[in-house]
Amino acid sequence: MKSAAFDYVRPGTLEQALQILSERAEGARVLAGGQSLAPALNLRLAAPELLVDIGGLAQFRYIEEGADALRIGALTRHVDVERSEIVARRCPLLSRAIAHVAHPAIRNRGTLGGSLALADPAAELPACMLALDAVIHVAGPGGERRIAARDFFQGVFETALRPGEVLTGVEIGGLGPDRTYGFAELSRRRGDFAIVGLALAARRSSTALSDVRLAFFGVADRPVLARAAASALGAGDMSAARAALATDLKPVSDAQASSAMRLHLAGVLLERAFNETLEASA
Amino acid sequence: MNQPIRLTVNGELVTAAVAPRQHLADFLRETLGLTGTHIGCEHGVCGACSVRLDGAVVRGCLVYAVQADGARVDTIEGVSDSGEIADLQAAFATRNALQCGYCTPGMLLAAQELLLVNAAPDRETIRDRLSGNYCRCTGYHAIVDAVEATARARAEAKR
Repeated sequence: MKSAAFDYVRPGTLEQALQILSERAEGARVLAGGQSLAPALNLRLAAPELLVDIGGLAQFRYIEEGADALRIGALTRHVDVERSEIVARRCPLLSRAIAHVAHPAIRNRGTLGGSLALADPAAELPACMLALDAVIHVAGPGGERRIAARDFFQGVFETALRPGEVLTGVEIGGLGPDRTYGFAELSRRRGDFAIVGLALAARRSSTALSDVRLAFFGVADRPVLARAAASALGAGDMSAARAALATDLKPVSDAQASSAMRLHLAGVLLERAFNETLEASA
Repeated sequence: MNQPIRLTVNGELVTAAVAPRQHLADFLRETLGLTGTHIGCEHGVCGACSVRLDGAVVRGCLVYAVQADGARVDTIEGVSDSGEIADLQAAFATRNALQCGYCTPGMLLAAQELLLVNAAPDRETIRDRLSGNYCRCTGYHAIVDAVEATARARAEAKR
């Protein structure tokens, strides 16, 4: 199908974009890479009056490393993350996860900020941000705000973004040589959204994992931290961790999988992601 | 309201006025008559509308023509005429990697992009990189054969 008619503007600066959004907040949508918005428009699931295309704001397309942090601009494309030597070295969880985001032609165009601002509950990158305890930067008419990933994702396609605000980037802190990661996902076909997925981030000493964060996606209306399972994993008890998933997760049922099947698969993925952390340290 | 755009399509400068809602694949087909870019699902799933935008393969149905203002677009016509993928096209014909041909322009562009970033992909990698392009005829096996054969032939030609 074809999109309904809309007006289109390509502001040259963030300030202009925010100005336009403040004037037209109700009928306007921000367009970044467009790889989720354009399908929604073409299917007429959405019909905004105005698209504010921020895709040309090159200053928000960057990957920077600090002493213990990684900063990624909102307009960084998935392909940039996929090919980034900095990401592969400093935060390989993202390199692993990005290969599961749709297909190459979508990754050539889709952006990190777009994926996070959309907040699809079965998407990889929001869960990675939750596992990494990332901070999401937004700008709006009231100035800039920094929002922890755990507070940012609030439901199906719902975030802490207020009308007129734009996501500008993310900061991932606490990086270091003791960090270890795992990533596992099950989907019906390559590139599909996950039936269940898991992003695991932890610290590793010679004997055990600590600061374990398990962010499951595809199981609820937003990515979910499995805290009891994480604590059991930190104590080195995999069977207790698998059992604890039943208290951490109340998976949704839909045409793809029942709640019970998702809970079972979550346990399978937990072992896979955990084994990956062992391989990385071998 | 129509908006003016200026872009380079297959090496030629094009100026036009487009409705913002017109996607790039429709613009190429309807306005420029470049019907090698096919339209399948129109929501980014099938890959039939693949074109190159500033050198990277994208879905022509998920980019609006107005967004291509100032950009360089290469379609299957351009990439075919330049001879860049002549060997890949020949391998597709030899290996029966197309039947109805509807997916073929997108498949060729996706395969060429793969071979440019990875000169010696294994079959699993080829399947992975082409997973966003649907073919309802071949069962994919012959397509993977053709891409693999082209990779090998290019590697040998370099020696």
